[in-house]
Amino acid sequence: MLGLQILIDGFAISSLYALGAIGFTLMFGVSGVLNLSHGAIMVVAAVVAWLFAGSYGAGPYGGALVGVLAGVVTAFATYLLVVRPIQTSRSIPGEEKEIFVLTGTLLWGIMLQEAVAYLFTNNPKTVRPLLPGVVNLLGVRTPTNEIVTAAISWAAIGLLWLLVNRTRTGKTLLAASINPRGLTLLGFELSRIYILVWAIYGVLAGLAGVLLGAFLGVSSDNAGTLTASAFSIVVLGGLGSVSGSLVAAYVVGYLETLTAYLISPSIRTVPVLLLLVVVVYLRPQGLLGRR
Amino acid sequence: MRGGLLGALLAAGLCLPATARAADPIKFGVIAETSAIGGASIPKAAQLAADEINAAGGVNGRKIEIVVYDDHNSAADAVRAFQRAHSEDKVSAVIASYISEVVLALEPWAGRLKMPMITPGAASDDITKRVHNDYDHLKYVFHGYLASTQIADSVCEAGKQLLVKDMKAKTAVVMSEDAAWTLPLDNEYLKCLPQIGVKVIDHIRLSPDTTDFTPIFNKIEGEKPDVIVTGISHVGVQPTVQWQQQQVPIPMFGVSSQATSSTFWKDTNGAANGVVFQMASAPDVAVSPKTIPFAKKYTAKYGVTPAYSGYTAYDDVYMFADAIKRAGSTDADKIVAEMEKTDYVGTLGRIVFLGRDSQFTHGMKVAPGYITGLMEQWQDGKQVTVWPSSAGTAKLAFPKFVKLGQ
Repeated sequence: MLGLQILIDGFAISSLYALGAIGFTLMFGVSGVLNLSHGAIMVVAAVVAWLFAGSYGAGPYGGALVGVLAGVVTAFATYLLVVRPIQTSRSIPGEEKEIFVLTGTLLWGIMLQEAVAYLFTNNPKTVRPLLPGVVNLLGVRTPTNEIVTAAISWAAIGLLWLLVNRTRTGKTLLAASINPRGLTLLGFELSRIYILVWAIYGVLAGLAGVLLGAFLGVSSDNAGTLTASAFSIVVLGGLGSVSGSLVAAYVVGYLETLTAYLISPSIRTVPVLLLLVVVVYLRPQGLLGRR
Repeated sequence: MRGGLLGALLAAGLCLPATARAADPIKFGVIAETSAIGGASIPKAAQLAADEINAAGGVNGRKIEIVVYDDHNSAADAVRAFQRAHSEDKVSAVIASYISEVVLALEPWAGRLKMPMITPGAASDDITKRVHNDYDHLKYVFHGYLASTQIADSVCEAGKQLLVKDMKAKTAVVMSEDAAWTLPLDNEYLKCLPQIGVKVIDHIRLSPDTTDFTPIFNKIEGEKPDVIVTGISHVGVQPTVQWQQQQVPIPMFGVSSQATSSTFWKDTNGAANGVVFQMASAPDVAVSPKTIPFAKKYTAKYGVTPAYSGYTAYDDVYMFADAIKRAGSTDADKIVAEMEKTDYVGTLGRIVFLGRDSQFTHGMKVAPGYITGLMEQWQDGKQVTVWPSSAGTAKLAFPKFVKLGQ
């Protein structure tokens, strides 16, 4: 019974982690940007969904939709206001640009977090579940919303896979991650590819934020933790490796769930961090990393 | 003649700054985390009280000015704000925080800088115990809210009727967040619950950083208690929403500070329905003739009902203002001497501070006729009072998934 409970809860949380981390790793793989405002973008999406579903009467579906849209808008704001000016700047030497992007997105994330706290308090908000109620899964009372969360996460990941592997546009993304200079020589415009990747990233981060808001609730205080958790998953899986991130998301999700159920919820994240230290020592390229 | 002129000039010269000083506002510092439910109410309610006092002519001809500092729930930020309030902004008294850890960090500074201070919301017993043990040094500190032990006693007192008779509860699990204020709270729960006939079968202290409460509810459900007795303030929205989403069949009863503001209903999308929580004053109960008018005024001005710390912060401004009026001065020692003589009917009830002999020195007297607790419940978007029956406007009602003891 407890085993089944752990299996179900672990699956739901791991799917959500996978969705949250996959955009983060895609972004790094294609455009080389480590976006440290990732968690804050998720928080903005969740809070906007909460606001529209509750105060503006958009209902759970309308709220979720506006939330995802807010994720996309915030992602573009991040790109256009922070990342692109750094990338195109002539006064920042090329080799320092990565550091500038890291610092820039980190500060931008703090600004977003503080803005949310100022406008809506740092108290957690919960997004209305798309499907309320519970179902009985082999004797385990499971909120329907938990199943919806896992299903939507996997549907989104599946669509991403189809996009990348089965469409021409997706293949240019893949090519950009392997050899961006080659791609420009073939006549593709990198800036267009970057805009596309930020759009996909915005949808993924927005969706992850909204689902997390409906599943556990989100507070502006969580922004840093959410970025850190995506970062750990991506490092564990191998920077830029999408399949590595998926595997790592499940390792992290289940390790946390096992710890919370079998040891104590208070030390939920500790074993994952220890594992991360071990992996960085023994296999710095991550579980499935190439480099 | 010349001497007279000189004298007049001298007198005028001496008088001028003196009159200017008299017209200067009396400043009160308010230190709180303004982005949290409990913290946000403090400066807002204090400002409301100051506006009322100023509209009525101020204190000894001087206006009251509220200076707000956001401490971001950090003791270090709060101490810096306190020092700034003293040395730069020259406030006459400070109203500080609803977090015990923050207030305990400020307490020695109130002593060192001789700055009268009151907390409208922190609950740790240690706040007044320290005043008791080191009176000469820490007499500047007053406790404007119930101490944890008093809160637990108030929950148990209400439990005689609500838990034992109405909910037929025989067993309980105590679930509290790991914080300074819950240490004495839990100790008292473990003592007083068995005394009213409710056996405590487990005691869970959860980390305030917890986001997923499923494993905790799962464990509690396995132990089959009739009620979960809560001690939560830093957390609130997430456990409540997850309790409702997972349809945990056990009622929650006790202290849930975030539930005291109407913001809570919105933040939880109504998952708060059925949660029973302790409060000292509520928007629908005439605890004193001042309670309902204050709650109405606050709600009209800010769009939400005040959190528990709002009622107290409002009273605190009035009590300091009265003390300064009686003392005829903003001298710290004189304010303290007058505060000790306080006998004031505020939104919370009749407030009298306990003396040096009490273990709660400068804490509030909790007794019938003074301050008593209330139990409130969220019912369909409204906070209603379910205890005591003299103030009670409603009967307990729980959502369908909750199963009461048989």
